[in-house]
Amino acid sequence: MQRRHYDEMHAADRAVRPHYRAFAEWLAATPAERVAEKRREADLLFHRVGITFAVYGDQQGAERLIPFDTIPRIIPRAEWELLVRGLKQRVAALNCFLHDVYHSQEILKAGVIPPEQVLTNSAYQVAMLGLDLPHQVYAHVAGIDLIRHDDGIWYVLEDNLRTPSGVSYMLENRKMMMRLFPELFERQRVHPVEHYPALLLETLRDIAPHAMRDATVVVMTPGQYNSAYFEHAFLAQQMGVELVEGADLFVKDGHVFMRTTGGRQRVDVIYRRIDDAFLDPLAFREDSLLGVPGLLSVYRAGNVSLANAIGSGVADDKSTYAYVPDMIRFYLGEEPLLANVPTWQCRRAEDLAYVNGHLAELVVKEVQGSGGYGMLIGPASTAAQIEAFRERLNANPANYIAQPTLSLSTCPTFVERGIAPRHVDLRPFVLSGREVKLVPGGLSRVALDEGSLVVNSSQGGGTKDTWVVD
Amino acid sequence: MLSRVADRIFWMSRQMERAENMARILGVTSNLVLFGASERQDENLRAPLTITGTAAPFAAKHEALTLNALITFLALDETNPSSIYSCLRDARDNAHAVRWQITSEMWETLNATWLEVRSMRRERVIGAGATQFFDWVKERSHLFRGVTYGTIVRGEAFNFSRLGTFLERADNTARILDVKYHILLPAVEDVGGALDYYQWAALLRSVSAFETYRALYRDQIFPIKVAELLVLEQRMPRSLAACVAELNQSLERVEGEHDHTVKRLAGELLSRLTHADIEEIFRGGLHEFLTTCLADFTELGIRIQRAYLGMV
Repeated sequence: MQRRHYDEMHAADRAVRPHYRAFAEWLAATPAERVAEKRREADLLFHRVGITFAVYGDQQGAERLIPFDTIPRIIPRAEWELLVRGLKQRVAALNCFLHDVYHSQEILKAGVIPPEQVLTNSAYQVAMLGLDLPHQVYAHVAGIDLIRHDDGIWYVLEDNLRTPSGVSYMLENRKMMMRLFPELFERQRVHPVEHYPALLLETLRDIAPHAMRDATVVVMTPGQYNSAYFEHAFLAQQMGVELVEGADLFVKDGHVFMRTTGGRQRVDVIYRRIDDAFLDPLAFREDSLLGVPGLLSVYRAGNVSLANAIGSGVADDKSTYAYVPDMIRFYLGEEPLLANVPTWQCRRAEDLAYVNGHLAELVVKEVQGSGGYGMLIGPASTAAQIEAFRERLNANPANYIAQPTLSLSTCPTFVERGIAPRHVDLRPFVLSGREVKLVPGGLSRVALDEGSLVVNSSQGGGTKDTWVVD
Repeated sequence: MLSRVADRIFWMSRQMERAENMARILGVTSNLVLFGASERQDENLRAPLTITGTAAPFAAKHEALTLNALITFLALDETNPSSIYSCLRDARDNAHAVRWQITSEMWETLNATWLEVRSMRRERVIGAGATQFFDWVKERSHLFRGVTYGTIVRGEAFNFSRLGTFLERADNTARILDVKYHILLPAVEDVGGALDYYQWAALLRSVSAFETYRALYRDQIFPIKVAELLVLEQRMPRSLAACVAELNQSLERVEGEHDHTVKRLAGELLSRLTHADIEEIFRGGLHEFLTTCLADFTELGIRIQRAYLGMV
């Protein structure tokens, strides 16, 4: 039976939804040849600017272009405002949770979340116990993945609280659309997203140690061979701050410094785009060449701030995910505004039994996985693939969660033969410093293969500009 | 500016300048070998190896010293770190690492140069096309320098790029002059002979100084004047004096924590070259003078590295 997906542009009767009307009229009135020419121009421009994406596991170390689709994903303002309320609520609760689990652990004592779920989690960092952070914020930059199901309701698919990426594509996609089709932006008001780097810098300054002014902020990258290096360099440039690697930094006299041509310069806030495990070889992985020896001691002394905080990953684990609605009720005393996808925890015997019996219908994911790696999409897999996955699952059930195959809504997209519906998701970026902020929009990712639900850029997904319109 | 970034920019510019100088040396050598008299062939072929200090690695790879072998080794050999090919590759790699601190035009120039040399057929460089290839390398270097000068903000990146360019150039001019002078020395009394004319003209051409010599001296080519032009003439942009003056200007604009030894040495060099007399230099021996200069350039590079760029 063919399921009917929610179409972002067309209502059930094929009529164009009101917020897409201006765009649809433009598309109908514009010669297909001109649109096609513009799409080729976009490809050329992206190549020239070098907005590419290094693919893990690619032997040639190839840099690939993430396909960009010129049909925007449009969200009406009223709907966006509902999402904003839900996102702010969710991120606030996640930050309360992180503060709690590294302090008095009320939520564990109250029995809302089983202690072993948190305390034995590999992302839980004992080094963070009792450490007070500015504004009690841990996840300063959160990428929350949303999807719209067949029922038209938005669901949170996952929270990304470690080093979520993709915001540079949000910004570059907008720039590209304005360059290619300026007339579209005259037809209707699209809320701007260009101030994201300014908001990010403000957020990073908010969390400076000892509430100092004029803090020196840097972006820290694992280096030019990292898949998101473009974004690290882009954000540093847009904020006007240095892009540093581990070897540029050193610890002396209780502070972090960077080596510059003018001598050493103190660093106060590090927007780090490298994982916890690689930050400080003295405290975490000693084989890390990317980190800064002694960084953790400076951090614990409160003389440098890290965004995001060490140990934030305990809250975005896919098995912790299931408890986020309970966190919202527990810390904020509110009902969650955004829906969670029902989740089976394979470490529970009864859940595992259910999952084993329904593998062909479910999506099964690694609790620490990201980027679409190591997951099973039951309905799209062969019997052999399912059985191979079953072995991995039962060898280490605690490593997996399962969810019903939620369908993603579709958005019209240019494909080889004209325009066809393709599945999309949405990742807004939520900034938390003194207050919680976000720009109107986010990164819309699109699965370019017909019927595919995998939108990850590492798995051949593309992106679209995301418009919030009046 | 981060030391790591300044280091990349410094070396990016040095390597581009080095590629250009190698092309100049090989270009002139090709001409001398193809059109010159036969008696100095071997010396002429050996000179590029002596200048670049690569005689031993060359001998390890090639049995006979022929023009083709020489060009293969110094222009195209990717395992020879001072070949044109390696310099263009390394300059591009350095630019890639700092492409957000340089202008997109600079990055695109170096990237396009690298992509082109990588796809070049060997036949285009060996044999009849050699001169064209060397001209192309020079042009790409001119383009890169011009693009840099014309697009980059006057700040640390600019300063360290200039330091790289002029330190490399000073070093090269001194080497070319030293080696060529050595070859020509037995014939110094013989000034004005046909062979010498070609040799001296070739030396001048290798540093784009032939027309300048004519314009400034309006005279026959005298060895001592050639030396004066390439060592002391401030107006001649590849002379030691001009390069060292540029180095001093760039150093005035940068500030480091412990950089007094860098600035002192650069100042001493400038003073030595500004208040010098070519005849006095000759009395002490040109070779001895150039040897001291070369040692000082090396030392200056080490001190720049230590004071601003981090690890040596």
